[in-house]
Amino acid sequence: MSIILALIVILPFISSMVLASLYLSNLKIEKKLYNIIAVTTPVIVTILTFIIIYNSTQHSSSYILESYLFNWIDVGEFQIDLRFIADRLSVVMISFISFIGMLIHIYATSYMSDDDGFGKFFAYFHFFLGSMLLLVLASNPIIMFIGWELVGLASYLLIGYYHQGYDNITSANKAFIVNRVGDFGFIIALATLFISLEGNGYEFIDIKNSISLIDNHTLSIIGFFLFVGAMGKSAQLPLFVWLPDAMAGPTPVSALIHAATMVTAGVYMVARFGFLYNEIPSIGEFIAFIGISSALFGAVVALYQDDIKKILAYSTMSQLGYMFVAVGLGAYSSGIFHIFTHAFFKALLFMGAGAIIISLHHEQNIFKMGNLKKYKPQLFIVMLIASLAISGIFPFAGFFSKDAILSSAFLNHNYIIWGVGVFVAFLTSLYMFKMLFIVFFGDDKSYDNIKSLDKTLIYPLYILAFGSIVVGFLGANEAYGGSNSFSSFLALDEHIQHSSHKLEYILALISMSVSLLGIFLAYRLYFLPSQEKSYNKFEQIIVDRFYIDRVYNIIFIKGLRRVAIFFNNIVDNKIVDGFIDGISQLYLQVAYNFASSQSANVRYYALYMIGGVSLISLYLLTIL
Amino acid sequence: MTPHHFLYLATILFGIGLLGLTIRKNLFVIYLSIELMLSSVNLILATFSRANNSQDGSIMALLMIAVIASEASIFLAIIVYLYKSTKTIDTETFTNLRNEESI
Repeated sequence: MSIILALIVILPFISSMVLASLYLSNLKIEKKLYNIIAVTTPVIVTILTFIIIYNSTQHSSSYILESYLFNWIDVGEFQIDLRFIADRLSVVMISFISFIGMLIHIYATSYMSDDDGFGKFFAYFHFFLGSMLLLVLASNPIIMFIGWELVGLASYLLIGYYHQGYDNITSANKAFIVNRVGDFGFIIALATLFISLEGNGYEFIDIKNSISLIDNHTLSIIGFFLFVGAMGKSAQLPLFVWLPDAMAGPTPVSALIHAATMVTAGVYMVARFGFLYNEIPSIGEFIAFIGISSALFGAVVALYQDDIKKILAYSTMSQLGYMFVAVGLGAYSSGIFHIFTHAFFKALLFMGAGAIIISLHHEQNIFKMGNLKKYKPQLFIVMLIASLAISGIFPFAGFFSKDAILSSAFLNHNYIIWGVGVFVAFLTSLYMFKMLFIVFFGDDKSYDNIKSLDKTLIYPLYILAFGSIVVGFLGANEAYGGSNSFSSFLALDEHIQHSSHKLEYILALISMSVSLLGIFLAYRLYFLPSQEKSYNKFEQIIVDRFYIDRVYNIIFIKGLRRVAIFFNNIVDNKIVDGFIDGISQLYLQVAYNFASSQSANVRYYALYMIGGVSLISLYLLTIL
Repeated sequence: MTPHHFLYLATILFGIGLLGLTIRKNLFVIYLSIELMLSSVNLILATFSRANNSQDGSIMALLMIAVIASEASIFLAIIVYLYKSTKTIDTETFTNLRNEESI
């Protein structure tokens, strides 16, 4: 079993290297060969993952499968092993990462088929898959951090995949640099954690057992800085600015990395450190507050976007906010459940959007689309399912997970968070159905020959659509005839509040009716043929994301540039160079002055000689 | 007549020699000034010899006269040679060693 666990992480890396060396070898390689490698590896990984899941269900919930590879750092007491662990939490994570990853790989073979860098793309893609699995399966925070950085690198490489465009490179750099800010927080947190543990454990299990050694104040600092790392990776306020720009990458990348897997790493990390956050509920409330603000912010901005991928990007940010609400309030299984269902419907939305984009020859503006239902009925159906799922309509997947989060907020007496969450649910259905109505209904736009889509592009969508309908039932609680199987499978250390079925129904009814209201409003506003309209002043502020990008630009970029210019012009040129130039000028001046005494005039030389002899005589006279 | 008078005289002669050495341009006068300074030193040697009742100073003075004589012959030879090559004995004209840049 432990070999299988190790293979899950190692295989993608190996195939990534194989693909990269094939791509770099300059050999004339059939695209078919790339296709085979690109699809086979994720399929094998998925099969291995299912074996691990099966194995995990056969044991008790405290069973942890370990796979020890080697000792990585061996310095005195500081022992870091490369070891993978599969407890229930990481098993759930790898299940959807490898399964959805596999579907997106299949989809991408068709999506990228016209691209020259086919092999390179899949080398990056497998590299990402391996890094993500490394992050999730790591047995200690340091190996987790390595995975964390590697997914960041893969994300950077893939955002800048179309590197011919200058803007894409800027977006990739932005994603990388903003993530550095978060990673800085992560490093500080890890360092503080290890210092205050004084060598009592580097593995997650050991840290958990000796967490009581740390006083509450230090724990709060660690918890806060860990969350700063999560903020960066999971695009929460105020470090979200990179996510919308990350849409510059190819659409399968957006689906896999910036919707389904990588961005949820922050939520996973908070859940993984759940034993730490259980000690510091005040930081947890702060996380929930940031989460709900991001949810609201993302939903409001998504309402005013024209680019189909940007709408989905802000929607991702908003849904990630929900997950942070859940993990912040200690309802880890609800958060992980929402990650799980969100991965299905958000990957579906992105892949559907990608199918639309590719059939319209890379058109991304929703106002240049319309009445696509006539041309692509199958896309309409899958997008409708995904939109219903994200809006939280019974019985689609999003309903159960969103309901679990909102009711846990309500039962924790965080009524403000609950109220805002319900409002965000309304906005979610509004912007999703706005997009759906504009794209699939309304007037025909002048399309020049709509591209037909491959089977490999469409079938993964069907599978995900099926998933978006059914996966919610995995976590349905008793009120809906389920048995809470998802959270009892996870068996995380959390306090689950039980509520009466009546309250459960009322809460669900409220959130579902506001979602339906959103759909209805979207129908009234956008169902009729709509034109791209100009925004008024207030709306323009929202379109410009409340100027947050511009503020960052002024404070960090322009500010730093101004400091750099100051240092270049004043400190370096005037002060440092001035000092050095001054010294050399001084020597030159002194030398010129001495040189003028060498006048070649014999009489002066005689005088100097006499003067020198007189001085020596005087000196001798005084010391004798 | 105390030794002081001789020393005052020697100092005055040395001063005249020094002044002549620095302000005159004529090579011959410079030569004469140097001779004058050397002679004043000789006078001092003779004075101390007499004052201390010791013959050391006198012997030194005699040796110096020999040195001065040989020096005179070399000096005069140089002056004659310089005059032959430049047709002048003005020291201001002998500035071949000057670094033109520094002025």
